[in-house]
Amino acid sequence: MRNIDLTAEGMPRKKTSEFREVLRQLVRNRAAVVGLAIIGLFVVVSVFAPVFSTHDPLAANLGNRLQPPSREHLLGTDELGRDLLSRMFYGGRISLNIGIISVLIGVFIGVPIGAISGYFGGKLDIITQRFIDIMIAFPGILLAIVVVTVLGVGVENVMIATGIASVPIYARLVRGSVLSIKEQSYVAAARAAGLGDVRIIFRQILPNCLAPIIVQSTFQIATSILWAAGLGFLGLGAQAPTPEWGAILSNGRAYIRTAHHLTTYPGLAILLMVLGFNLVGDGLRDALDPKTRS
Amino acid sequence: MYQYIVRRLMLTIPVVIGVSIIVFAIIRMIPGDPARAMAGVNATPEFIEQVRVRHALDQPLHVQYGRFMVNLLQGDLGRSIFNGRPVTTEIGERFPRTLLLATVALVIATIIGVSAGIVSATRRNSLFDNASMLVALVGVAAPVFWMALMLQLLFAVQLRWLPATGIGQVRHLVLPSLTLGTASAALMARITRSSMLDVLRQDYITTARSKGLGERIVVYKHALKNALIPVVTVLGLQFGILLGGAVLTETVFAWPGVGRLLVDSILRRDYPVVQGTVMLLAFLFVIINLVVDIAYAFLDPRVHYRSESGE
Repeated sequence: MRNIDLTAEGMPRKKTSEFREVLRQLVRNRAAVVGLAIIGLFVVVSVFAPVFSTHDPLAANLGNRLQPPSREHLLGTDELGRDLLSRMFYGGRISLNIGIISVLIGVFIGVPIGAISGYFGGKLDIITQRFIDIMIAFPGILLAIVVVTVLGVGVENVMIATGIASVPIYARLVRGSVLSIKEQSYVAAARAAGLGDVRIIFRQILPNCLAPIIVQSTFQIATSILWAAGLGFLGLGAQAPTPEWGAILSNGRAYIRTAHHLTTYPGLAILLMVLGFNLVGDGLRDALDPKTRS
Repeated sequence: MYQYIVRRLMLTIPVVIGVSIIVFAIIRMIPGDPARAMAGVNATPEFIEQVRVRHALDQPLHVQYGRFMVNLLQGDLGRSIFNGRPVTTEIGERFPRTLLLATVALVIATIIGVSAGIVSATRRNSLFDNASMLVALVGVAAPVFWMALMLQLLFAVQLRWLPATGIGQVRHLVLPSLTLGTASAALMARITRSSMLDVLRQDYITTARSKGLGERIVVYKHALKNALIPVVTVLGLQFGILLGGAVLTETVFAWPGVGRLLVDSILRRDYPVVQGTVMLLAFLFVIINLVVDIAYAFLDPRVHYRSESGE
């Protein structure tokens, strides 16, 4: 297990230096820096979407339908004459939000499940594991599709669906880490000192599972963005007129022969955003792993 | 070993039951009246009542589930609300097409991914290594439906080499399977490469080299066998994911498989078909995982057969 004793109580100084060390490793990794730059670019564009947008992302102009990229509309217009670039700026907001919120949902549900299951063991663990097995039986995007079928379409439900779909991943990951950490001597010491189970889990064990959780979350943001775009594309996610990238692409499909900018650019945006998070995830994994440190 | 297999088989039973409960619950968990949901948007009150009685939706939940399970075990998944045909017939017609697509995609992904991974590992940091790992990064990040549309645009619309949609001939299979297999190929290339690099660092490889064996023999005879163990695991999981991923690919290529059936049925609120398709895909994935685990135990003698929970 890759875990670093970075938050043993009473040693706050070590924590900061560890953080700096990870950061130093990360910025020395060229691929990770490219990833950080990509994410940074998308974050800036999303936050300042109203500033960068040259047009109202929802304002239709039927006299101006399916225009190819031009000076007025840098990426052209869609089937309702809306400016594609402005729509994509706002779409970036939606994708980033979905990625982050769904990961938070996955972490807040999955991490405690995994921690409790691994820490207490026994029957509780066996039952929890079977539940996780059942969730994992729905491959990839299928679990998210099942949840959306029940909850209905829409951006919020996509966040919940992709979040729930990531719960088993976190539960498994954390359970594995906890199993190895709970045998460490400092946990035994904490127990001997009379600390309660809840305190031990939250103060001693979970901080030491942080590294794999952070790495997984970075990859999971990428996966959630892909799943959400897939749901949007299938018509099961964000609904018109929401400028979600997958939905824009899906609408643009009908015009692929005459106006392929409607499919090309939103797809490229998704690819880049996902690539950014994957590159940073790779970088973080190497930086947090003492074995691969240079 | 047999004990391990039996144990592993036993563990599958609660999972399959759990999956059936979730599939059963899909209709019941939809907010509002499940009978109305199943009867369709424009149904008359009489028809809704009819649906309620026919599907025993007026009975307590455990009775409903009992009926659902008995029917399921008899191979009866109900009838489609959309066209009244048995769900098993609907799925039976389409499933072989999805299976074909996923299998071809997996074969393509394995051939491309594993060979690229081996070459990358043996020529670490070469131009080929860097280029193929860059392609792999992009391949994993690209949305599968976008990839599908771009391939259609290039090969069907612009070059006119291949048909954009359709079914029946080998040329119809090329673009969908290539699209579906891309992400898997990328993933397999990355895993083969890192696994191969790990193995090439092992002592027994150094020994083989120091015995004066040629690099080819060392790589292909000594290293490859062990390097492929993680690849086999991923291979099985990928097959399940490809079956699920067919949902997107089939939609773009109008490939009439179960993935497209699932999406169409969700949009039409044809819940019996949704249930049947989800049940089939999840069940297959469980079986695939079972086979992978057992195959893994055969391949890797280090696997502890004793404990399942300690891994």
